[in-house]
Amino acid sequence: MQDISSLLEQELNSPRMRTRRKFRAWKDRFARRAIALGGLSVIVAITLIFFYLLYEVMPLFKSASIEQESSFELPESVRADKILTMFTEEQNEIAALLTESGKLLFINAQNGQPVSEQQLPLMDAAISSIKVKTPGDDTLLLGLNNGQALAVATTFKVDFDAQGQRLGVKPQVTQLFNGKPLQLDSQQRPLHYITQQTAPDGVLLAGLVDKGEVVMVLLRQRSNFITGEVQETLEPIVFPSTSLYQRVLIAPDHHYIFALRSSGHLDVYDSRDLQNIQLSHTLALVKPGQQVTQMIFQLAQQSLLIGDSQGQITQYFMVRDEHNQQQLTKIRTLKLADAPIKVLEAEQRRKGFVAVDSRGRVGLFNTTAEKTAIDQPLLDAEPLLAALAPRASMLLMQDAQGVFHRYAIDNPHPETSLKSLWGKVWYEGYSEPQYTWQSSSASNDFEPKFSLTPLAFGTLKAAFYAMLLSVPLAVCGAMYTAYFMAPAVRRKIKPVIELMEALPTVILGFFAGLFLAPFMETHLPGVFAVLLIIPLGIVTFAFAWAQLPDRIRDLIPEGWHVVVLVPLVVLLGWLSFSLSQPMELWFFNGDMRNWLSNDLGIDFDQRNAMVVGFAMGFAVIPTIYSIAEDALFGVPKSLSHGSLALGATPWQTLVRVVLPTASPGIFSAVMIGMGRAVGETMIVLMATGNTPVMNANIFEGMRTLAANIAVEMGESALGSSHYRILFLAALVLFLFTFVVNTLADLVRQRLRNKYSTL
Amino acid sequence: MQVSLKKWVASGSPWVWLNAGAVAISVVLVLGLLGVIASRGLVHFWPASLQEYQYTDSQDMKMPVLGERVQREQVTAEQIRNAGLSVPEGMQILDRQLIKVGNRELYGSDFRWVLEHQLSDLQYPKHAVALERREWGNFYGYIVGIKENGQLIAEQEPGQNQLWDEVLRRTERAGEIYQRIQSLEGGAIGALNYELEKLRIAERSLQLKDQDTPQNLAELQAEKTLLQADYAIQEAELMALYTPFKRDTLLLVTADGQHKEVNFSEVVRLYQPNSLSLWQKMQHYVLKLVEFVSDDPREANTEGGIFPAIFGTVLMVMIMSLIVTPFGVIAAVYLREYASQGLMTRIIRIAVNNLAGVPSIVYGVFGLGFFVYFIGGNLDQLFYAPALPAPTFGTPGLLWASLTLALLTLPVVIVATEEGLSRIPRSVREGSLALGATKFETLMRVVIPMASPAMMTGVILAVARAAGEVAPLMLVGVVKLAPNLPLDINAPFLHLERKFMHLGFHIYDVGFQSPNVEAARPLVYATALMLVVVIAVLNLTAIGIRNRLREKFRALDM
Repeated sequence: MQDISSLLEQELNSPRMRTRRKFRAWKDRFARRAIALGGLSVIVAITLIFFYLLYEVMPLFKSASIEQESSFELPESVRADKILTMFTEEQNEIAALLTESGKLLFINAQNGQPVSEQQLPLMDAAISSIKVKTPGDDTLLLGLNNGQALAVATTFKVDFDAQGQRLGVKPQVTQLFNGKPLQLDSQQRPLHYITQQTAPDGVLLAGLVDKGEVVMVLLRQRSNFITGEVQETLEPIVFPSTSLYQRVLIAPDHHYIFALRSSGHLDVYDSRDLQNIQLSHTLALVKPGQQVTQMIFQLAQQSLLIGDSQGQITQYFMVRDEHNQQQLTKIRTLKLADAPIKVLEAEQRRKGFVAVDSRGRVGLFNTTAEKTAIDQPLLDAEPLLAALAPRASMLLMQDAQGVFHRYAIDNPHPETSLKSLWGKVWYEGYSEPQYTWQSSSASNDFEPKFSLTPLAFGTLKAAFYAMLLSVPLAVCGAMYTAYFMAPAVRRKIKPVIELMEALPTVILGFFAGLFLAPFMETHLPGVFAVLLIIPLGIVTFAFAWAQLPDRIRDLIPEGWHVVVLVPLVVLLGWLSFSLSQPMELWFFNGDMRNWLSNDLGIDFDQRNAMVVGFAMGFAVIPTIYSIAEDALFGVPKSLSHGSLALGATPWQTLVRVVLPTASPGIFSAVMIGMGRAVGETMIVLMATGNTPVMNANIFEGMRTLAANIAVEMGESALGSSHYRILFLAALVLFLFTFVVNTLADLVRQRLRNKYSTL
Repeated sequence: MQVSLKKWVASGSPWVWLNAGAVAISVVLVLGLLGVIASRGLVHFWPASLQEYQYTDSQDMKMPVLGERVQREQVTAEQIRNAGLSVPEGMQILDRQLIKVGNRELYGSDFRWVLEHQLSDLQYPKHAVALERREWGNFYGYIVGIKENGQLIAEQEPGQNQLWDEVLRRTERAGEIYQRIQSLEGGAIGALNYELEKLRIAERSLQLKDQDTPQNLAELQAEKTLLQADYAIQEAELMALYTPFKRDTLLLVTADGQHKEVNFSEVVRLYQPNSLSLWQKMQHYVLKLVEFVSDDPREANTEGGIFPAIFGTVLMVMIMSLIVTPFGVIAAVYLREYASQGLMTRIIRIAVNNLAGVPSIVYGVFGLGFFVYFIGGNLDQLFYAPALPAPTFGTPGLLWASLTLALLTLPVVIVATEEGLSRIPRSVREGSLALGATKFETLMRVVIPMASPAMMTGVILAVARAAGEVAPLMLVGVVKLAPNLPLDINAPFLHLERKFMHLGFHIYDVGFQSPNVEAARPLVYATALMLVVVIAVLNLTAIGIRNRLREKFRALDM
């Protein structure tokens, strides 16, 4: 014996075994670290979802910033002349300055070095006015002191050499109106205000002469089909009023003319018919004693932006009133500070604008979101010149001392604010503030409408109708399965219902969209009859069953009722739908759908909330059923036995004892089912029309957050506001389901603890 | 009366019965849905009889209509009137039929609703022919002649049948040539194209690295010339096949007398449904079924097969389970065996559990933003710069789809594995440790084998969920028509960056994005059935594996 144990000891302490043991210990330590690392990184990867969504959403709520990039003075050689206006181009490389003598001077927008220059043919006249900058119309229109108008277009082209290397931006000036100045005022008075608007067949020009009299001409342009040559004829337009005005703007296609009096009153003229311009109405833009300091069009030229002497900017557009008349209506007011607004320039891509007041305070605003993105005192006094870059990424200003300052603007998501995402917004052209989701359109000057409210509403609507079907069916089914059903049947039935959970929702969606929706449309009365006939039929059958002699009833043992009911349900369902058409004839003149929309005024879509409720309810039943059944089945038998022993009927025991005990579990089942219905995508995508409407009508569709992501994610540009808002929708879905599920989980855990103590 | 109504109600029986009714309704719904899908999906391949009617329209014009009856239903006369059609007074309920009349290029649409009271003289013409074509859908009519090289070589009266054998022979001949063209285009020429593209990228890569010395370029050029010569030979061979392929033309006439010529190269299959025997119909059925599961789709996915979609689904699910199984198991092992069981672990456990309930579309959004744009975009910059601006991994593809679904199903695997681990009795572990095994050895030799059935359960659930998930895939890699399978004979064989087709998305796309929904409908049912079958097969396979594992480790179980 001794031999063996000492031998063993020897063997165990042999160098070979020692290395082996060391290796095993090393392996153990290594595995511990590797598994910890692997496990933790998986968990981190999962939580990454939340943080990544947040990371994509955060920029939406980041405030904008403005930073000075450089300051420069113009070189001596070009400084002599007074500069009248300034504008820049897409690439933020070149700024154009128009001098008093009619010279267009192009400078480097970084350091002020001259790039090139071009003399405009003023022909002995002097510039007396310049058209205010208007988004969507970048012609430079000059009013001259001899009553003429001169228009030039400046285009900037990026030049490449033969190897494809970028050379720089090259400005090009072309004179419009067939290269000639145009006689706007036949009496050759100086024009001290000028504006223009494209008309269906040409250009309409208006100017102010003398103390503020309006002169107008229509330049008709007809292009020759064969030569492509444009023929222009000048046609004077009679302006009906001799009132004196300060400023005039013409709406697109000359639907309206807005003329501002010095008193701050705005006359709106209906000018659809240029031969018969009529005053439509007058509006006081400011309180007495205040002045209007600036008046411009916003992008799309539908809204007027009015800057006043109190530092406010007010947006107006035409709204149809209750008498079906178009009225210029005050929409919203944004405030910079108290000093008068001196510069007002609209962004060329978005519904935003920049304003500068007389104390040099600069504000960057967005009208849709009613948001002040930037509000900073950048200069000490009113700038001599200011230009906002076409992409609104740069602001160039010349201060009172003549020094140019270049500011970089970072404002990627101006159109989002809590209000524009969730609140009612008065969009351009709408008659009242609304919740609207409309993310894209064919036109470039479109106002994106990013209200998540209709989508959230649609999500809840779909979930509500789904719960309406699934909760009664699933909970009642669970009650019966857990409490009354024979174990042998339960073992068969439960997997069948849980099988529904493995059924891909795309199949349910396609079934709902392609089969159910048209079927329900043609069998509407049948659908409602089912709700009545099946329960009544079951109860009647049950009562009849109770009357049968025991001999027959005993054929089906207690707990096997379902087996009889399956054929009965099929029969009753068939009966309801075959009664559908006779009922339609008796009650609804043969067409219930028509009856709904004509007699009751209820809109009807083929793919509606009823179809979604049915299909999604179907998808949610197994979730609720399975969890609720577990909760009910887990109620300790001692409780129900006690109740039965006291003489309660099985039904009383179920309702008074078992159900209250299991109710938290049933509640959590419903919550989890709800979470599933809220996030379901394919069913809603396929079984509704996906129109983002906001009403609870069961016969109309909806668009849910999830379906909206599926529809629009593919076409949203990486990093755009739209893209991030879709991420926000995903984040909202994530948080909602996560919170609901966690709550349900906690409730269930408490219930489990309670059961174990009972 | 055995029981009075009052007493019966007081006993609560009506409520019990209603609850039983809820179960019955749920069961009826499940079985009904599966039944409808199965019946509609399977009926599609059965050769339907061709019916010929005299159709009298509202102006009392008579014309013959030949086609398959697709659907029959009852509508109220009022509904028809509200739709703007005239219905004689006195009729309240009408029967109407949906007839597939085919001949889309002649009639404008393949389907026509007709009211039954306008139909008369039903007959089943014995020699009416159904023609499945590569384009324009089915053609129904009668054979009147055959042309070879533009010369009329045989003629017959409509309704006669002496040309039938000749027509079949020529169809078979065209079919054989078509097979050769297909194998040439898909095989040799496809491989050559792939090689040429690789050379182009190699050249661009040299340029980017500033190594485009004449010598290097010349090497590439030599290779290119060789490939191009090869290409020219293959192309000539292909061209030589096209002339005999287009040799024969079939002359047909429709039921209402319009003449039509169809080249045999256009014909997929032609048959006379009304003269097929039951046995022949069964043969036809099996052939169509085989075509459905093994062929490529035709005509904007509304005809032909769904093989690429089946392949894509299965491949994606397999890659996904390869990813999700190890990671899920490691995470579960860490949580259960190594992490200290404190509040933090409990929170993580609840969080992981609840991630399973987060909507799948959220995972899709994450996959698109993080995997595709962020990781994929950076990968492209680092490793696939020569191919830019065409993205390689910076665009939705198979890898990202698999990864996204792996993330989606990770909680399922973790939860199931943890449950399996927690069920293993302490005594077993302690026994192993007492024998001197290290913790890791205990884990590998005792604990994990015992928990493997639970792991398999997790993977099964994950696979079942992944195979049916469509919403996230729409964002991260599925397309309606992929030009190439993600697995082919060109190295590296498995192309993880390629986009792929998926059964679920196929259902959505064909059923809802297709211009000809009516024609696609039976195919959608068949595809849905296929998806159910694929999921069932995947599940059953996994269940089989689980049961074998259970069997194997039964000795350890207690």
